[in-house]
Amino acid sequence: MKKLSARRRHPLAAVVVLLLALAATGGLYAAFAPADKAQADDTAQSLAIDEGKKLYAVGCSSCHGTGGQGSSDGPSLVGVGAAAVDFQVGTGRMPLQQQGAQAPKKKVIYNQAQIDQLAAYISSLGAGPSVPTEKQYSPDGADIAKGGELFRTNCAQCHNFTGKGGALTHGKYAPSLEDVSPKHIYEAMQTGPQNMPSFPDTTMPEKEKKDIIAYLDAVNGEKTESPGGLELGGLGPVSEGLFGWIFGLGSLIAVAVWVAARTAKAKKS
Amino acid sequence: MSTNPTNDAHGASNSGKKAPAGERVADWADGRLGIYSLAKANMRKIFPDHWSFMLGEICMYSFIIIILTGVYLTLFFHPSMNEVEYTGSYVPLQGQLMSEAFNSTMHISFDVRGGLLIRQIHHWAALIFLAGMFVHMMRVFFTGAFRKPREVNWLFGFLLFVLGMFTGFTGYSLPDDLLSGTGVRFMQGAILSVPVVGTYLSMFLFGGEFPGGDFVARFYSVHILLLPGIMLGLMVAHLILVFYHKHTQFAGPGKSNKNVVGMPLLPVYMAKAGGFFFLVFGVIAVISAIASINPIWAIGPYRPDQVSTGAQPDWYMGFSEGLIRVMPGWEINLWGHTLVLGVFIPLMIVFPLILVVIAVYPFIEAWVTGDKREHHILDRPRNAPTRTAFGVAWITWYLICLIGGGNDLWATHFHLSINAITWFVRIAFFVGPVIAFIVTKRICLGLQRRDRDKVLHGRESGIIKRLPHGEFIEIHEPLGKDQLHTLTAHEQYKPVEIGPTVDENGVERKVTGSQKLRAKLSKGYYGEDSQIPKPTAEEYKEITSGHGHH
Amino acid sequence: MSSQEIPEEKNLPTEQETEHGSVAVADENPFADPGLPPHEHRIQDIDERAAKRSERAIAFMFTLSMLATVGFIASFVAIPADKSIYVWPIGHISGLNFALGLTLGVALFCIGAGAVHWARTLMSDVEVADDRHPIEAEPEVRAKVMADFRAGAQESQFGRRKLIRNTMFGALALVPLSGVVLLRDLGPLPEDKLRHTKWAKGKKLVNMNTHEPLRPSDVQVGSLTFAMPDGMSEHDHDFQVQIAKAALMIVRIQPENIKDKRELEWSHEGIVAYSKICTHVGCPISLYEQQTHHVLCPCHQSTFDLSDGARVIFGPAGHALPQLRIGVNEEGYLEALGDFEEPVGPAFWERG
Repeated sequence: MKKLSARRRHPLAAVVVLLLALAATGGLYAAFAPADKAQADDTAQSLAIDEGKKLYAVGCSSCHGTGGQGSSDGPSLVGVGAAAVDFQVGTGRMPLQQQGAQAPKKKVIYNQAQIDQLAAYISSLGAGPSVPTEKQYSPDGADIAKGGELFRTNCAQCHNFTGKGGALTHGKYAPSLEDVSPKHIYEAMQTGPQNMPSFPDTTMPEKEKKDIIAYLDAVNGEKTESPGGLELGGLGPVSEGLFGWIFGLGSLIAVAVWVAARTAKAKKS
Repeated sequence: MSTNPTNDAHGASNSGKKAPAGERVADWADGRLGIYSLAKANMRKIFPDHWSFMLGEICMYSFIIIILTGVYLTLFFHPSMNEVEYTGSYVPLQGQLMSEAFNSTMHISFDVRGGLLIRQIHHWAALIFLAGMFVHMMRVFFTGAFRKPREVNWLFGFLLFVLGMFTGFTGYSLPDDLLSGTGVRFMQGAILSVPVVGTYLSMFLFGGEFPGGDFVARFYSVHILLLPGIMLGLMVAHLILVFYHKHTQFAGPGKSNKNVVGMPLLPVYMAKAGGFFFLVFGVIAVISAIASINPIWAIGPYRPDQVSTGAQPDWYMGFSEGLIRVMPGWEINLWGHTLVLGVFIPLMIVFPLILVVIAVYPFIEAWVTGDKREHHILDRPRNAPTRTAFGVAWITWYLICLIGGGNDLWATHFHLSINAITWFVRIAFFVGPVIAFIVTKRICLGLQRRDRDKVLHGRESGIIKRLPHGEFIEIHEPLGKDQLHTLTAHEQYKPVEIGPTVDENGVERKVTGSQKLRAKLSKGYYGEDSQIPKPTAEEYKEITSGHGHH
Repeated sequence: MSSQEIPEEKNLPTEQETEHGSVAVADENPFADPGLPPHEHRIQDIDERAAKRSERAIAFMFTLSMLATVGFIASFVAIPADKSIYVWPIGHISGLNFALGLTLGVALFCIGAGAVHWARTLMSDVEVADDRHPIEAEPEVRAKVMADFRAGAQESQFGRRKLIRNTMFGALALVPLSGVVLLRDLGPLPEDKLRHTKWAKGKKLVNMNTHEPLRPSDVQVGSLTFAMPDGMSEHDHDFQVQIAKAALMIVRIQPENIKDKRELEWSHEGIVAYSKICTHVGCPISLYEQQTHHVLCPCHQSTFDLSDGARVIFGPAGHALPQLRIGVNEEGYLEALGDFEEPVGPAFWERG
């Protein structure tokens, strides 16, 4: 019992929980007696690590090195943690299609089970942030207004007021946060993917991350209201100016053309 | 004159029968205000029909709309920077500290019924007002409507544009939101860059250090009273001059420099121009119903330590934003003082320069041509290639600066590097206008050549005819008299000559530098490479008399 | 005209053909002005049924406008201010704003459209020519005005009595100075206000998020933290002014990656603290790229290298971000070892 409670705080605990569920769907549950949980964990985990290692060797090792030590084409993955893997692979950023300024979000090619296996393997290389539980990132009961203030202090400078994204140097960019799942937002803050700085729990506690997620859900979610009408991308005066010129002045000029045009004449017979 | 002690001097009283009520009111007013002589000159005033002559009306009407909606907004807006806690109905800001200015703008947007609509009409009308002034100014420029006697009115219009920019900027700053606060901070940084007195100016403007607690109230009186007051006066003067000069017109049959052809103010233009006000207001109201502008609730209240990416001013200030973004960071430290050239040059030198260049152009052109006559017939842009090329170069310059002002958004939306865009703008700032000038001039000359061909050889009909000896030719339809006149009505200047430097008595005459410059410019304007001689009557007759020879 | 001057009129084209030849010489000049074309009738001018149609269309528009105004008032009364509706393709918007804007727009537009349609189809469309008259006055008028002015000037003795003239100019020139002097109390003198911030020796670095003092272990490599000096609160009356200068950006860089010697000295175990206020025009700069250690300003794209003394590597800023010298106090919290050594924010004349 003591052994188990000590492990609950282990960074891999969350992975283990997920893997348990995975094992159950795979029909492996029957093989492990509920009484022997600790051992089951270990076995399931080492199994996942093995699976993850195979996936890694095929999909990741060419850039990150055979043991995750990194190469000139990709950084070391030792100690980045399961959360980083879940974010990078879970949003399709990894594996990379081609080298560029920044890995873009694209179609996810691994399923969640495979991602979990990869995460298990990477976290076996060195301890790092684990994948958050739903309780951690769910925006329920968070303080939206506080989240707004935190967002404007910590996030808006790159991601725009309501998370529409923005430019960084030399073709890099802070992506739009629209349609990004709360889990991935949480993981991004936790791990600081690519050039984004991290906002670890020591400087931005779990509660504040939830507040930020709740704020984003309120101002850039599916149900977000734009009382004034078309949001025009939420990009501020540039898109407003373009709209004002094209549709505002444009339609007024069209009206002016009508006002000043000659009325049709009767046909001369 | 016979005296009639009981009645007024007008004829109606003599007939014994009572005049209709309307006439009696008019008589009453005339006896005090002299409205009949005013009406005599203006009631049937003629206005020519052309859509581009209505651009100024778009500006005037949007200005009126701005004033109407602005007065409404002042009823609810609190120009104060006292910090209060938000308790209104927008959930994501509840409990936030914000200035009263921001709080009251939130109140207008969410808790005053129709307040959001009026706010949006006010802001959209402001963007359209400035855009309309820009286009109107370009219409006047490219048609040469700024020539004598309208130079002063050109300057009035230009001042309206510049004052409109600053009125817009002060208004944009009033809600004290994070975006506008960043803009004000930028302005304060620019003021600090002024040599010697910068810090003093900044302290005086903000009542101390930035942001202080005063600038909203100060900008407020500038925004609602000082600048619009001046603008209203200028606009009235602008209109009086339009009436006084009578409107310009394009060349055409029956239209000369000594008349104006069109429809009378009463009734046609009363209905058209009056109706146009409602059309403009209606279009802006519909736009404000469907498109959001300056959603301050999403932007949040101003804090000097917070910022968002995509921090831009409204479009009319965008070119100054571009200038400052692409300027290299030059800073000179000498004898314990700092010269902040990286900020001072773009904002205090280049920014006014871009505006002044276009403002003084009419005077430069008048000096080059030496023409002191009145001009009421408009030029087609192609017939003044150098002017047109200059105008297009200026617009190119302006647009390049605007592109620089939005470099971050172009970068994200077109997947470009922000550094590459900045470098592009740095180079294009110098090269772009030159290319635009050359290309435009060539296009103008090409169009002039085409006009000349059309006049001399007629319009291509698209019908191919085979001649008896087997040759195929395309039939050219000769132009009608109306078109012949319209296409040849423009004037062509000859370049000024300095003349012999020795007069007939052998005495050498001094040629000043300005004379040489003028002769050079004149050659550039009207030399052989700068205009295609328009067809003469003799050429036309020679060609048309011997038909079939091309 | 003196021989020194370029003859003014020589380069001018001859007066337009239309001015000396009109219809009379049209045979000789193919380009002569043929005069206003004959007026052509519109359908409405000759067909009363068409005119009736126009009349009905105009009346319809005015009626529509009336209905729209009724709709406006009804919307104002009936729709609650916080009612959100979904309108394709605009999205979730305020029902009241949408209804009021559309009805107002239709009410106004229809008045305009009706009036213009009326003018275009039913009012006379015969083009009329109006003569212009030169703006310049006739020579006699000019002479009279000049003479009057001279007489007036003479009578005032303005030119003769120089003493009056000069003292009057002096008085008029001086009197606006009162107005200028009155502006003095718009604000205090700058003195050294721009040189000092709330930072001082022993001030702990307080996390902007949690309002708790920071420990070195809180700040991880690759993370970004913002701090303010201990003892400041958002409720302070001068919070905005103080935070505008004191805002601090904290990152941790592996000490071996820090290129600037002074930066390393002023850091604590690789934790470096820089002013968050851009040295260009004062935007809060904080777009930190943790892999390159570059920080970009969102307003004008000045880019600073935080691993190299925050020197400018791109953009319009003129000098590096000021660094705050930090250490750790006895309780293990990060603290400032003094104020910034140079003024934070935009450069100014006295900065030196």
